[in-house]
Amino acid sequence: MDCYTANWNPLGDSAFYRKYELYSMDWDLKEELRDCLVAAAPYGGPIALLRNPWRKEKAASVRPVLDIYSASGMPLASLLWKSGPVVSLGWSAEEELLCVQEDGAVLVYGLHGDFRRHFSMGNEVLQNRVLDARVFHTEFGSGVAILTGAHRFTLSANVGDLKLRRMPEVPGLQSAPSCWTVLCQDRVAHILLAVGPDLYLLDHAACSAVTLPGLAPGVSSFLQMAVSFTYRHLALFTDTGYIWMGTASLKEKLCEFNCNIRAAPKQMVWCSRPRSKERAVVVAWERRLMVVGDASESIQYKQLTIQVLLDRLVLRRLYPLAIQICEYLRLPEVQGVSRILAHWACYKVQQKDVSDEDVARAINQKLGDTPGVSYSDIAARAYGCGRTELAIKLLEYEPRSGEQVPLLLKMKRSKLALSKAIESGDTDLVFTVLLHLKNELNRGDFFMTLRNQPMALSLYRQFCKHQELETLKDLYNQDDNHQELGSFHIRASYAAEERIEGRVAALQTAADAFYKAKNEFAAKATEDQMRLLRLQRRLEDELGGQFLDLSLHDTVTTLILGGHNKRAEQLARDFRIPDKRLWWLKLTALADLEDWEELEKFSKSKKSPIGYLPFVEICIKQHNKYEAKKYASRVGPEQKVKALLLVGDVAQAADVAIEHRNEAELSLVLSHCTGATDGATADKIQRARAQAQKK
Amino acid sequence: MAFPHRLDAPELPDFSMLKRLARDQLIYLLEQLPGKKDLFIEADLMSPLDRIANVSILKQHEVDKLYKVENKPVLSSNEQLCFLVRPRIKNMRYIASLVNADKVAGRTRKYKVIFSPQKFYACEMVLEEEGIYGDVSCDEWAFSLLPLDVDLLSMELPEFFRDYFLEGDQRWINTVAQALHLLSTLYGPFPNCYGIGRCAKMAYELWRKLEEEEDGETKGRRPEIGHIFLLDRDVDFVTALCSQVVYEGLVDDTFRIKCGSVDFGPEVTSSDKSLKVLLNAEDKVFHEIRNEHFSNVFGFLSQKARNLQAQYDRRRGMDIKQMKNFVSQELKGLKQEHRLLSLHIGACESIMKKKTKQDFQELIKTEHALLEGFNIRESTSYIEEHIDRQVSPIESLRLMCLLSITENGLIPKDYRSLKTQYLQSYGPEHLLTFSNLRRAGLLTEQGPGDTLTAVESKVSKLVTDKAAGKITDAFSSLAKRSNFRAISKKLNLIPRVDGEYDLKVPRDMAYVFSGAYVPLSCRIIEQVLERRSWQGLDEVVRLLNCGDFAFTDMTKEDKASSESLRLILVVFLGGCTFSEISALRFLGREKGYRFIFLTTAVTNSARLMEAMSEVKA
Repeated sequence: MDCYTANWNPLGDSAFYRKYELYSMDWDLKEELRDCLVAAAPYGGPIALLRNPWRKEKAASVRPVLDIYSASGMPLASLLWKSGPVVSLGWSAEEELLCVQEDGAVLVYGLHGDFRRHFSMGNEVLQNRVLDARVFHTEFGSGVAILTGAHRFTLSANVGDLKLRRMPEVPGLQSAPSCWTVLCQDRVAHILLAVGPDLYLLDHAACSAVTLPGLAPGVSSFLQMAVSFTYRHLALFTDTGYIWMGTASLKEKLCEFNCNIRAAPKQMVWCSRPRSKERAVVVAWERRLMVVGDASESIQYKQLTIQVLLDRLVLRRLYPLAIQICEYLRLPEVQGVSRILAHWACYKVQQKDVSDEDVARAINQKLGDTPGVSYSDIAARAYGCGRTELAIKLLEYEPRSGEQVPLLLKMKRSKLALSKAIESGDTDLVFTVLLHLKNELNRGDFFMTLRNQPMALSLYRQFCKHQELETLKDLYNQDDNHQELGSFHIRASYAAEERIEGRVAALQTAADAFYKAKNEFAAKATEDQMRLLRLQRRLEDELGGQFLDLSLHDTVTTLILGGHNKRAEQLARDFRIPDKRLWWLKLTALADLEDWEELEKFSKSKKSPIGYLPFVEICIKQHNKYEAKKYASRVGPEQKVKALLLVGDVAQAADVAIEHRNEAELSLVLSHCTGATDGATADKIQRARAQAQKK
Repeated sequence: MAFPHRLDAPELPDFSMLKRLARDQLIYLLEQLPGKKDLFIEADLMSPLDRIANVSILKQHEVDKLYKVENKPVLSSNEQLCFLVRPRIKNMRYIASLVNADKVAGRTRKYKVIFSPQKFYACEMVLEEEGIYGDVSCDEWAFSLLPLDVDLLSMELPEFFRDYFLEGDQRWINTVAQALHLLSTLYGPFPNCYGIGRCAKMAYELWRKLEEEEDGETKGRRPEIGHIFLLDRDVDFVTALCSQVVYEGLVDDTFRIKCGSVDFGPEVTSSDKSLKVLLNAEDKVFHEIRNEHFSNVFGFLSQKARNLQAQYDRRRGMDIKQMKNFVSQELKGLKQEHRLLSLHIGACESIMKKKTKQDFQELIKTEHALLEGFNIRESTSYIEEHIDRQVSPIESLRLMCLLSITENGLIPKDYRSLKTQYLQSYGPEHLLTFSNLRRAGLLTEQGPGDTLTAVESKVSKLVTDKAAGKITDAFSSLAKRSNFRAISKKLNLIPRVDGEYDLKVPRDMAYVFSGAYVPLSCRIIEQVLERRSWQGLDEVVRLLNCGDFAFTDMTKEDKASSESLRLILVVFLGGCTFSEISALRFLGREKGYRFIFLTTAVTNSARLMEAMSEVKA
């Protein structure tokens, strides 16, 4: 209390430092740290220790132990190392421990010592062995860089999405570089290495020699290099006892310092407090520690966000603590408590000693329908642990059926996936499942599945109609859907087939299908069409002109227009064209030809089944009032008035209307009476009306 | 004329925001392909696109040349090609052929496909099968609502009708749900929801799911629109099949209104040029006559012309100052009105020429007879003659369908003979048309013993099975019994007329069909809104075969203002007609509501029939 500055010591001319203990390590180390491979995760994450027996001349017969501690030294896991010799340890950003073996295999463990997976750094590494390895962090994730026995580098910038890159050769490199590190610039990982007095920068494409700006002369070797956590700064230690500090881009020197120690340091790292302007490099020798610093530019460390903090707690299975923090910070449920619970559930499904029913029930009890909880994610985890049945049970709690689909597909429960997709109403999802099913099942089974799912079936049919016509046919065949098969072949008869024989054959197939479908009407109509097609072909051959593809009606019309009345009659008889139609047809065609003589002959051939008003109308339409009048007299009493009006005989129309005593007819005639000429007629009608009313 | 709205009628929300949103998104997408590019637009998207972003806006964002997507060789020499298309397989093949041709020629360009309103997985599949998936980048332009007028939003998806009601393809339902979701995010939640029809129900449920997933976005917002009513087109085919006689409907039937505008040919413009005219509330002349029965329109227009003349005439006797005022302030408006007036008079004349003929009167008479259910034999012969004379393939089909639906299917003899006659007139490919119409329930055959109530109940059971997706084709026509006659009686669709129906001062919605028939769809909406539920309409719902698909959903939100509660959004799935719009506008005026219409597309009888027709390619 009395003296705040008592424990501060001067550092250089203008700065002071103090040392105090934050906490003491809880661990009880059996090994010397110096004999161990050590990896400490960033942001106060866990520490891994692996006693390194392989470095000794003779391999020890006992298997080494891999210990994992929390940052404060609380033991988290301890396991016997049963795999091959390890060259390097490192923690990924997700707090997974990456153990790089000499053979290039990388084993991945969780912070509780649970084995997650392994991957290989490639054949070249396997052949030439790993000389040295680094785990590094980039904005995409964590990477591994390997230096092989052949002095070549291989790296993967993100072990979560493993893509191996073999870096180019360094010309003339005969022995291992004296020191090297990974630099990340512009989202690309490079390797900086020192060989004697030279520095080389390796990227994917090339190896280029680089120099340090402002480096004092006389350096014959670089003994140590360190890059800062953010990849913005770089420090090198030379054999002249000289420390160069600058930007990692190698464009700028920040400061230099001659420490007068020429021995290679054991370790050199960047250190500085968040937001501090003071950046410093700590250099350690066997019995000496030196802090070299400069103060010019601010560094912003990416802070741990609250989300990451929660993730870290979850990773340590400190669920209750995480939930308390969420509640304390009043985080929205979706981001906070729900997420923690979901993580807890994912942990829960890994407890293999608990039965599927119990796990599912426990999870549902705790989670209920908390918003933001994805049961399908939890189910996916269960499936990942080999618990398919549990996964299916969990999926049943997933309210959004669409969410269930991807996992169901993965678990090869495609049929269930199909019904869930249909339930979701998302047709795209249904289609995705359909294509899965199509590849997974044989054709017969696939069609059978579709048969029970009309929505999926129509979706698939639509697709086939445009993209796979043959499949469409098979679909109908499978279903014995003869009606649709018939329609299919009808369409083919004019869309797909060109030759007349092919068209007739398609129609025959269609007719057969219609018979099977007990659609006699369609079958007969199709057979008629086959007859017509053949006939049209014959007509074209014999008469020339265009007949194919005309309707029956138009075929007959064309014949009449061409003056082939006999053939027209014959055709009408052969195809049993009803009288009414034939009369309309002939009437129209002859009027079009203005063959008034033939028309009159026709009109007298027998009593018209359509009456004679149409004759009047069509003559008027062709502006031939003279001909029209001929027929007006033959029009039956019901339509007489209309006919007379059409030919302009208003007076007679009036007489007929009066005779009929038909009010509607009277007003019709009256509406045709125009001004001066029909004045008398109008009066006549009015009188008749008045008389009718008297009665 | 042109009935004014009641003074307390609520204000319509401003839907122009939808246009701005669509435009901004499109520009963003175009900017994703920096530099000059040629834009290939699918024909069906051209008119809607034009309403959103005109050529100069496209040019501003470095669109160089515009091409129509059609099967022609491409002459574009641009290094970047952008395709704006509907998600259709045929378009994918078009793009693939183009890209593959470039590949053969050793040419590399950048390709971008913008799907509107959304991308379908099947399309990506085809791109992959054609081996160009890696060569093109895909995007979505979520443009699904085009405000055609102050109260009319169209999704411009005419294919919805065929895809869903014929092919059973449910892809567009999701699009509808997305559109509703967009509306609720922009204009607040809908406190009262009603619907009828299988598709309506699915769309509603999908939409609900979307809202739940994005929980909280609309919560706490004041609803602007108090009610939403979803209705499937197949609930009421009859109304859509009738000839339209209100002006806007008649213009649509005669000239075809496309995307809110119409091409008036030389016979209307009385010049040698065609003129594209935008038809909406901004056209003051049109606004006053659009909902009128055609018989009133001509008289109204000539009155208007006289008034206009009188206003022009005021010039006489003006002093210089007054004249200056007149020229600078009124003349332009008068001239504009003059121009519009002469256009609509021209249109009227043209319509009259076509429609006042004997034929049209007969046609209307037959339609009314069918609606009222008398003289069925006579109507059937009329239809037969119509077919025999090759009057119009589409009209004949329409009449056949109208007969079938109003009569609960054709008797087997007529079913056969009408079809035979039709095939003889128009060719055998229509065998497929008839198969389509049967599947959609538009043209069916009466089964034996259908009249028994026992069978009816069986039928409704079958409909339930259909919900489970287990109905076979053989039963589908049976299940889609229209029961029109019974429904008509229950809902009083045929007004009893004492004396002449005064079309100038209509007393009910039947005026849109000359007083002969109240549109079924509109009557249903009226009844449900009155009751605020389906209560008491059970029998009607059963007769409509919608037992499982009529729903009501009221949230207990008292945030809705009384004004918003008089705004009603009606959603027509499969299209609505201008007659229905006019009828509901009339209802709104009577009751002090305002209706807002959302339709997958504006339709009419011809469009419906064309969608069902099989055409030789």
